[in-house]
Amino acid sequence: MITLKNLSAEEYMLPGNAACPGCASVASLRIALKVLGPRTIVTIPACCSSVIQGYYPKSPARVPFLNTAFAATAASASGILAALEIKGREGINVLGWAGDGGTADIGIQALSGAAERNENFIYICYDNEAYMNTGTQGSSATPRGAVTTTTVTGKKEKKKNVPEIMIAHEIPYVATACAAYPLDFAEKIRKALSMKGLKYIHLLSPCPPGWRFPAEKTVEIGKLAVSTGAWILYEWSEGKYTLTGLSKGMTKKSSRKPLKEYLTAQGRFSRLSEEETKALQEDVDTQWDRFNKKLVESGTAPTG
Amino acid sequence: MSKKAAISKPSEGASGLTGMWRIKRPVVDQTKCTNCLLCWLYCPEGAMKRHEDGKLSISYDFCKGCGICAEVCPAKAIVIVREA
Ligand SMILES: Cc1ncc(C[n+]2csc(CCOP(=O)(O)OP(=O)(O)O)c2C)c(N)n1
Ligand code: SF4
Ligand code: SF4
Ligand code: SF4
Ligand SMILES: [Mg+2]
Repeated sequence: MITLKNLSAEEYMLPGNAACPGCASVASLRIALKVLGPRTIVTIPACCSSVIQGYYPKSPARVPFLNTAFAATAASASGILAALEIKGREGINVLGWAGDGGTADIGIQALSGAAERNENFIYICYDNEAYMNTGTQGSSATPRGAVTTTTVTGKKEKKKNVPEIMIAHEIPYVATACAAYPLDFAEKIRKALSMKGLKYIHLLSPCPPGWRFPAEKTVEIGKLAVSTGAWILYEWSEGKYTLTGLSKGMTKKSSRKPLKEYLTAQGRFSRLSEEETKALQEDVDTQWDRFNKKLVESGTAPTG
Repeated sequence: MSKKAAISKPSEGASGLTGMWRIKRPVVDQTKCTNCLLCWLYCPEGAMKRHEDGKLSISYDFCKGCGICAEVCPAKAIVIVREA
């Protein structure tokens, strides 16, 4: 189990990088690399992380990063694995690290193909719920109601559920995480490392400029996503769903904070009417009703 | 393959002295700090330096002044002051 005591003190993402102040995605990449260690190759498509990492002639990253085309994260990870195999190199971790645009939209076919082949790498989607690097355009992972530069009156469609799409591929391990809970995230990476085949982790990654909240509130916003039940922390393996962290106590509506607390803390939801807020609260309640059924089917529903 | 492949070398300050972006400065009050390491865990920048004696210090060359460390500190040992 990863704790504050045994989390590596070694830094693989060095300070002085191009990320915005308060960026949850670079914070999470820093944690991920601590768990993955120096014998890791990362592949990233065009996204905020490629700007953060990709400065030339210097990079904040102390492990090799391959910069690949927007659609090609999972295909390039498969290629890196094939090259390592041909060269007879063993014990090297391969990580695909991509944004929600690069995963839920343009990268999904390469990811689906890699899942079918059950390629032996970890894929982490850091989900800041829009195309942030190019100025906050909506993606299929943008939640209903959020304002982006392409959903100026608030997005009408629901957020695409990528973890469920990955579960449908029956890969060895699927998990969700949130940047506000770095040790829960780290533990999921540690577990993923112990398994062979494709492991998928979907990380909610609050973004101060894109979600419109002050930089110091990144952790608070991430925690609100979980304590209001908008975001569920769970793992799925061999047909079974298991809640993790704070989400374990969130199955009952009475234990969840009103969604409004999460929404009003962010400028991207400032246009919502009372009625729209109510509809989004109903979405959260329905999401939990469905999830609770999955827990019962898995035999993992919390007792009491 | 060309020997001139574009490979960046790892370095602190790959994007310069990002401490220059800062408009607010976090300051650690060592008398209040309990060494719980939460600021180190959460600092997105990795600007919290851990020392042999267990103490923490902030690398002001790179700290962007986001203020997360002060928010997560349970001992309220980090104060935010206006950058001079
Ligand atoms: C084929 C292609 N289309 C568009 C772009 C421009 N582009 C670069 S990054 C980016 C946004 C990426 O969004 P996401 O994957 O969510 O990552 P984020 O920037 O939010 O971190 C876009 C549209 C591109 N590089 N390649
Ligand atoms: S736009 Fe958001 S995700 Fe991108 S670097 Fe800035 S804070 Fe991070
Ligand atoms: S203000 Fe932000 S960048 Fe500076 S030390 Fe605190 S958490 Fe790190
Ligand atoms: S969070 Fe506060 S108490 Fe904990 S190590 Fe940092 S400064 Fe010290
Ligand atoms: Mg994005």
